[in-house]
Amino acid sequence: MRFIDEFRDPALAEKLFTEIAQTAKRIGAVRERPVTIMEVCGGHTHTIFRYALESRMPDNVQFAHGPGCPVCVLPRGRVDDAITIARRPEVIFTTFGDAMRVPGAEGSLIQARAAGADVRMVYSPLDALALAVANPDREVVFFALGFETTTPSTALTVLRAARSGVRNFSLLCHHITIIPTLRALLEQPDFPIDGFIGPGHVSMVIGTKPFHFIPEEFGLPLVVAGFEPLDVLQSLLMVLRQIEMGRACVENQYSRVVPPDGNKAAMAAVAQVYETRPQCEWRGLGTIAESGVRLAEPWAAFDAERRFEPAARHTPDPEGCRCNEVLVGRIRPWDCAAFGTTCRPDAPLGALMVSSEGACAAYYQYQGMKGAA
Amino acid sequence: MCLGIPGRISAILDEANSLVEVDVAGVKRSVDAVCVAEVDVPLSDLIGTWVLIHVGFAMSRIDEAEALETLRILAEIGELDGELAAMRDSQEARNSHEAMEIQG
Ligand code: SF4
Repeated sequence: MRFIDEFRDPALAEKLFTEIAQTAKRIGAVRERPVTIMEVCGGHTHTIFRYALESRMPDNVQFAHGPGCPVCVLPRGRVDDAITIARRPEVIFTTFGDAMRVPGAEGSLIQARAAGADVRMVYSPLDALALAVANPDREVVFFALGFETTTPSTALTVLRAARSGVRNFSLLCHHITIIPTLRALLEQPDFPIDGFIGPGHVSMVIGTKPFHFIPEEFGLPLVVAGFEPLDVLQSLLMVLRQIEMGRACVENQYSRVVPPDGNKAAMAAVAQVYETRPQCEWRGLGTIAESGVRLAEPWAAFDAERRFEPAARHTPDPEGCRCNEVLVGRIRPWDCAAFGTTCRPDAPLGALMVSSEGACAAYYQYQGMKGAA
Repeated sequence: MCLGIPGRISAILDEANSLVEVDVAGVKRSVDAVCVAEVDVPLSDLIGTWVLIHVGFAMSRIDEAEALETLRILAEIGELDGELAAMRDSQEARNSHEAMEIQG
């Protein structure tokens, strides 16, 4: 393979590829169906495409690229609400770069900015808070996105704002949680997944215990993985070995970063600031109970939803968009007729084409590499 | 936002607010270190420590070899420049934030 010398340790990569092939062969000898492993996190999706790992997989092993890219699962109605708030003249609307490109029913935040709204990209919620301090006559709203990895950062920012008495700062909170979402996926009839590569940085915060229900209730293995290509290969091998031996448990390949109990300070801040939303909408997946958080009552003053009361719209996914099926691994990106035609990274129709962690964008960007491999 | 970026803690900016300065591939930026601090241990003990930074918060201590390898991979997958630019661009706003001496 052309890119093998890009691995930190090409000999180890070769060894892992060989062992994956041998294990897959032994599994193939006793079962007809191919083995489908879902990588939950968009960071892993990116690694898999960047290093063309799929092109080296045995015929009976395939990846399904899961829902773990927060930008990819941002529902259109939420973008529409964000734009409604951003258009208010007193508001400075801040968010992460990728989120600015997600299309809602009336375009993206970038388009809203071009039309005159004060929308600014920030690197950190702390930067949004700094903007609020520097602009006391404006309302600074931070569009808080992400899984458990970034949820603590906005909780800590709210605590800091409260301590400092900053009043012109609020969150449009769309933090989402992966555990209820995995459960909802697993409860679907004929869910076509045989094992999981678990999200490394979500686990860094919440630890590995919250994943135990997956082997215990659904009988499937999960291996928490790091983001280097060798991490992903090693984790895949660990999942395949469990399948081969008929075992199912949670293993931690990324123990150098992920403690079994997670990060106490981060979880304490989250528990203090947020409460579970009864329902949360996901692009492509519909509404999932208790799969998101909002600010708890004591922090209501920092809640942009309470402050500006956007419509809380529900906007269905656009016509012809098959993101939902790609997200759960039922079809591959190129099976969608929009792929590369009406849906491209420079003009995304679906959210999976927006972020480089989205399966469609990753495939679009790297398909030449895959073809060459 | 999900991958995180390694940096080395180079100075303590504000002990009470657990703000430290990190050096990320030559870019200096203030980050919140509360998630990697230990109770009753002064922040200054963290100087020289490598941490994994997510959106302005140090979330995990890592060893140097891990940090350097992660930086290499981020550069290779084309994520490093964007992260560094975002960090650099936003530091200006952060500076004015600290200039206001926010109390904790
Ligand atoms: S090609 Fe576009 S519309 Fe089709 S599944 Fe991918 S992101 Fe969604």
